[in-house]
Amino acid sequence: MRARTKGYWLYLLPSLLLFLGVIVVPFLMNVGASFTRWSGVGTPRWIGLENYRRLLVDERFWESFQHNVGLIVAMAVVPTAIGLVLAAALFDYIGRRFGARTASALRAMYYLPQVLPVAVAGVVWGWMLHPSYGAVNQILGLDLDWLGDPDLALATVMAVMVWFQLGYPVVIFMAGLQRVDPAYYEAAEIDGASWWRKFWHITIPQIRPEIFVVMLTCTIAALKVFGPIFVLTRGGPGNATMVPSYFSYLNFFQKSNVGYGSAVATVLALIIIVVTFLFLRVQERES
Amino acid sequence: MRGPGRWAVLLALVVLAVVMVFPFVIVAINAVKSPADYGSHGPLSLPDGLYLQGMVDFWNRVEFGTKLWNSFLISASVSVLAVVLSVLNAYALGIGRVRGRLSILVLFLVANTLPQEALAYPLYYLAKAVGLYDTQLAVIIVMTVIQAAFGTYLLSAVLGQFPKEILEAAAIDGAGRLRSLWRIVVPISRPTLNVLLIFFFIWTWNEFFLPLIFLISNDTQTVPVALGVLQGEKFMDATTSSASALLGIVPAVAFFLIFQRTLTRGVTVGAIK
Repeated sequence: MRARTKGYWLYLLPSLLLFLGVIVVPFLMNVGASFTRWSGVGTPRWIGLENYRRLLVDERFWESFQHNVGLIVAMAVVPTAIGLVLAAALFDYIGRRFGARTASALRAMYYLPQVLPVAVAGVVWGWMLHPSYGAVNQILGLDLDWLGDPDLALATVMAVMVWFQLGYPVVIFMAGLQRVDPAYYEAAEIDGASWWRKFWHITIPQIRPEIFVVMLTCTIAALKVFGPIFVLTRGGPGNATMVPSYFSYLNFFQKSNVGYGSAVATVLALIIIVVTFLFLRVQERES
Repeated sequence: MRGPGRWAVLLALVVLAVVMVFPFVIVAINAVKSPADYGSHGPLSLPDGLYLQGMVDFWNRVEFGTKLWNSFLISASVSVLAVVLSVLNAYALGIGRVRGRLSILVLFLVANTLPQEALAYPLYYLAKAVGLYDTQLAVIIVMTVIQAAFGTYLLSAVLGQFPKEILEAAAIDGAGRLRSLWRIVVPISRPTLNVLLIFFFIWTWNEFFLPLIFLISNDTQTVPVALGVLQGEKFMDATTSSASALLGIVPAVAFFLIFQRTLTRGVTVGAIK
């Protein structure tokens, strides 16, 4: 028996070696660098927890996490909530009364932004939102500097991200709804339940696993968000749309504060790992 | 709800769909507008005629053909290599059930959720040290490992359900392990492998952060990186910007249309990511 499973190790070998070189060693190097002062050249100088001490009192760092919370709302909470209503409406209302083709055509239109590279989506919106020649101001008859006004920039980025994310939950939830036994809905209809009641008491509980997966993946994506910030605002104006990933990038490649950037990246990694495990724990307990 | 009510629901959903698609339409309209036409009528009018010079100029200026080729080369290599690694790993973990498989799977999963920022600087430093900085190969290697981490996690679950009888029968016929993998496991799991291949291709095509860090010269950059860093350049006026956006949109939408059937089957697979 032992001999039978032994040889399988060989198949893991290439990946384990690559994994060591590309993930494990760099991650440990990053953690190591976070205890040093280092500009990227020369020898790093060991300073212990100094970078972390500095983080705790750095306003930019805390603000960047607050902006992350806004992006979790825009990328996970809002798309999930709207996506649930849309998926249910397409599935059991439009699909039944106007045909499955109408429903899947609408679904494809909601999904379209999701196929874009997020950087390209940023280019599209950067152009649409341009203060002097952008289409958005023309349509709304306004004269706003959407991405250049510190009071407006984060809300604008959030709106763009809702547009970008929305299709993902719609598609996942519609796939999940196919599993739901129609008998539930029929029974509820005989009892004269309204659409909203069915939505609340049948649809949501039945596709709970899908809601879970979407919330987890979108929350992680929001914590990691980099591309849209880089393309739309570069964290500005001032600090108005700074996020941890861009903040660490800035420290690595522009300010030559590699040690400090590593500390930011390490904290972000820890938060993401903790969030993932929390989600998985809750999921386990529920099922 | 019947009568006018049901039409109101349809109308609301259609209006939302139009809002979602609107940016694509407005970009396309303005990408084929001449600067003079744009100057006098603004972004909302239909173009006077089909003016393709803006796109041609942008294409030549940034050598867009090279960018497309780089994106294609990187995405295609990563998707093939990552599927190969995922199959090898999943064979050992899902069918071979090697010891410690659960901890190995958790390790792969954590690797996939890790933010790339926490690897970026050391990878950049190491790439420079071994002379791979600013080469497509650096991005191919790193992205292959990251994608394979997800692929392994997914495929191990799929191969865990693989019917053992078939493999036992093959072993009795004298097939070795490698032969069983190549002749039996791979052909039978082909549908799942195809979905993975397409996902890896598109995810890699869309990737921004790592290619941005590794690829700094004109000859190596990918489409998203080139478009991302050109934002705010002086020559990017209104029509050039929309021309560049359209050039970024077209390949992405083309892949979507080409792969649509496989993808709609596979989006649920991707949900695990």
